[in-house]
Amino acid sequence: MFHVMKRMQDAAARPTRRNFLKMSAVAAGGLVVGSRLAVPGIAQANGASTEDAFTPFIRISPEGIVTVLNKHLDMGQGNATGLATLVAEELDAAPEQMRAEFAPADTGRYKNLAFGMQGTGGSTAIANSFEQYRKAGATARAMLVAAAAKAWGVPAAEITVSGGTISHGSGKSGTFGEFAEAAAKLEAPAEVTLKSPDQWVYIGKSFPRLDVPNKTVGAPNTYGMDVQRDDMLVAVLTRPLAFGAKVASFDASAARAVKGVVDVIEVPGHGVAVLATSTWPAIKASEALEIEWDETGAETRSSDALFAEFRELAETAGPVFRDDGDAEAAIAGAATVVEQVFEFPYLAHGMMEPMVLTIHVEGERASLWYPSQFQTVDQQTAAAVLGIAPENVTIHTLYGGGSFGRRTTPDARHIVEAATIAKLWGKSQPIKLVYTREDDTRAGYYRPMGVHKVRAGLDADGNLVGWHHRIVQQSLMSGTFFEQYMVHDGIDETSVEGVKDASYAIPAFHAELHSPKVGVPVLWWRSVGHTQTGYVVEAMMDKAARAAGVDPLEFRRRHLSQPSGIAERDKDNARKLGVLEKVAEMSGWAGPENGDRFRGIAVHKSFNTYVAEVAEVSRRDDGTFRIENVWCAVDCGVAVNPDNVKAQMEGGIGYGLAAVLFSEITLTDGHVDQVNFDSYRPMRIEDMPHVEVEVLASAEAPSGAGEPGTPPIGPAVANAILAATGELPAVLPLTKTGLA
Amino acid sequence: MIRLNINGQDREIDVDPETPLLWVLRDELGMTGTKYGCGIAACGACTIHLDGMAVRSCQTMASDAEGMAIVTIEGVDGKAAKAVQAAWRELEVPQCGYCQSGQILAATALLAETPKPSDEDIDMAMSGNVCRCATYTRIRAAIHRAAETMEG
Repeated sequence: MFHVMKRMQDAAARPTRRNFLKMSAVAAGGLVVGSRLAVPGIAQANGASTEDAFTPFIRISPEGIVTVLNKHLDMGQGNATGLATLVAEELDAAPEQMRAEFAPADTGRYKNLAFGMQGTGGSTAIANSFEQYRKAGATARAMLVAAAAKAWGVPAAEITVSGGTISHGSGKSGTFGEFAEAAAKLEAPAEVTLKSPDQWVYIGKSFPRLDVPNKTVGAPNTYGMDVQRDDMLVAVLTRPLAFGAKVASFDASAARAVKGVVDVIEVPGHGVAVLATSTWPAIKASEALEIEWDETGAETRSSDALFAEFRELAETAGPVFRDDGDAEAAIAGAATVVEQVFEFPYLAHGMMEPMVLTIHVEGERASLWYPSQFQTVDQQTAAAVLGIAPENVTIHTLYGGGSFGRRTTPDARHIVEAATIAKLWGKSQPIKLVYTREDDTRAGYYRPMGVHKVRAGLDADGNLVGWHHRIVQQSLMSGTFFEQYMVHDGIDETSVEGVKDASYAIPAFHAELHSPKVGVPVLWWRSVGHTQTGYVVEAMMDKAARAAGVDPLEFRRRHLSQPSGIAERDKDNARKLGVLEKVAEMSGWAGPENGDRFRGIAVHKSFNTYVAEVAEVSRRDDGTFRIENVWCAVDCGVAVNPDNVKAQMEGGIGYGLAAVLFSEITLTDGHVDQVNFDSYRPMRIEDMPHVEVEVLASAEAPSGAGEPGTPPIGPAVANAILAATGELPAVLPLTKTGLA
Repeated sequence: MIRLNINGQDREIDVDPETPLLWVLRDELGMTGTKYGCGIAACGACTIHLDGMAVRSCQTMASDAEGMAIVTIEGVDGKAAKAVQAAWRELEVPQCGYCQSGQILAATALLAETPKPSDEDIDMAMSGNVCRCATYTRIRAAIHRAAETMEG
């Protein structure tokens, strides 16, 4: 998601070199292993003791249970298991003794090393934790071995550890639990040696997902929605239908008459909140509210009008973000020119668990329970609203019932809402702010709508000679604190990723971006800018291939195999070719036509992961298309858990397909037309194609898996439909043009 | 006061009889395994069994469930349920997992009725259960796997 914020790492004051992985004893009688932060600014400034400055990553109990503290949010992508796998690998633990727990909000200790704040996104969880958590595991192992060596009076070097058992050739053996307390009294090794890849027993092989058993029995206290506290109230907040509208007046008499309603309060700048003793009366009462909205200054344009404005802008020059060679001249001199305008709607994230947050303010302290995806910002925001110190805000992170980007907002709107309601209520009582599905669908923070216009020129041999690309898209970052890092000279990096780094051999490439202001809050959505740029670049490649009369796979090969003189681009192209060839092999690619079915191919790099997909479609009698089969090849460097990478590809494909086929958020006079899953149409099981995934073996550093499966599916489907109809579908979703 | 039989236990609950069963389970009884997803029977996250039939608890008034056997994810049992839950674990179906209580209840009801379902049977029976993580390929495979183990 905010992978492009790597830049922030450099911008942020970097801590001095981390004195990695010291260890410490704990009162519970077990072993805790983590890292000591050699950061005077964070540890000592708080007056924290040495032990407080110690970052626990692993706890080993006397019973031998190994608990890994996950600094990330697991909203289905599997990082709780991923991080536990890294620890178990170096610890030589058994899967059965591993547990995962979410770490508290503490930026100094649990920051995402990819962007310097505690948060989850940009498919970075495994990549930024790969060394950190393995070192924690290796340190714990060394400590346990040292303790066993001491107890047995044998050299540590003679001790082996396997599957959670510590043993010595003399026949002595023991468990982690037996030695945890003794290990905690020893000094941690200054350096540990990590296993070499050939020694791995879990990484790249398999490891059971730790969260699956609970998720098959409906275990309590798993998700934010499950939180129940003594004396808790449930709040449902009615927000305006037009973004930026304000409450003019409201009549709460019918709402107050609902049994269980405790109060109805105006939340200035947000709407009207019903507080009730449980969820149902809160929902019922909020439906009984009569609110007059003042739409002065609100966004009241319809999406049709916005698209018309965007299309007009696409005809005018804008800020340039890429300018290699003279694209205009190249296109003017080209033998063939292809041109296309693309339209993408707003999209809601539509995760199964709507937004939810429980807050309890007690004097100068506050506790929050919810799936926190952005602890640093959430904690600071709650503190600012409540006028308390950030370190007095405790965040208890729970599993997220999906997110796809939604649970991390730069303005932490849901935190502001909940904290404001708690403040207005004034009593020290837990309040659970529940978004209904309707609230979740209509509250904004959408994937931005966009228009792309592309012209591409081919020479007489069918090679691309020029590419002119104009993007019109609302900026995700403008107006947020990310702007300083992510917007340069009017270019929001998240709008242009995927085009700026398009790596095909095209001698002249010119690209511009317009970022019109719209009063609709927008947000990253699984794979961010790539949802649009991947579609446009890969669909245009097929349109160009068709104009050149060249097979789309062959056309891509030609434009990926020429050395560019830029090392990074050549590497990209080699890895793209790798997944392309693999997916061609898997699908038995022999061109876009396959009997009465049609196929499309696409390849895209996002979050440093390379994915190629082939979609096979059939046409129904009514002219709509059914997606029959998808083949997917992925190169994400070292795949810590290949089956989970496969699951993420399957899911990423399904999630992307929903958007391509069915999903859109539209506005009429600024009001969101969609309400619930009846009108914001999701994928259902009968819409899901058969999917086959292969994970390429790689020695490269691990990169993301949560998002990269999504971008190629749209163009793969579009290209299959192009093969079937001769027309490139360029307006999404396909239901809009009768294709789905 | 309404009387409900939930997972084999009789319960008396002081609640507005028109309250959806979903909220009685979750808020009054603390049985949060049954999930709220849409409130309009469009997603299936709240699926439970009423006399063995998979129904949406968000659209079932508590009073309408009086005298019926209510089974939730916390109490679902029997050959089909065991096979489904085991297959869900074996194939690691859940990602975020929020919809999976409902998926498991729907799949269990399907297998109780149709022990050897075709892909079409599965699509038909499971169409009302949305999974935004799109774990559908594994749901399908896990239902087939559960059917196999029930046979054996």
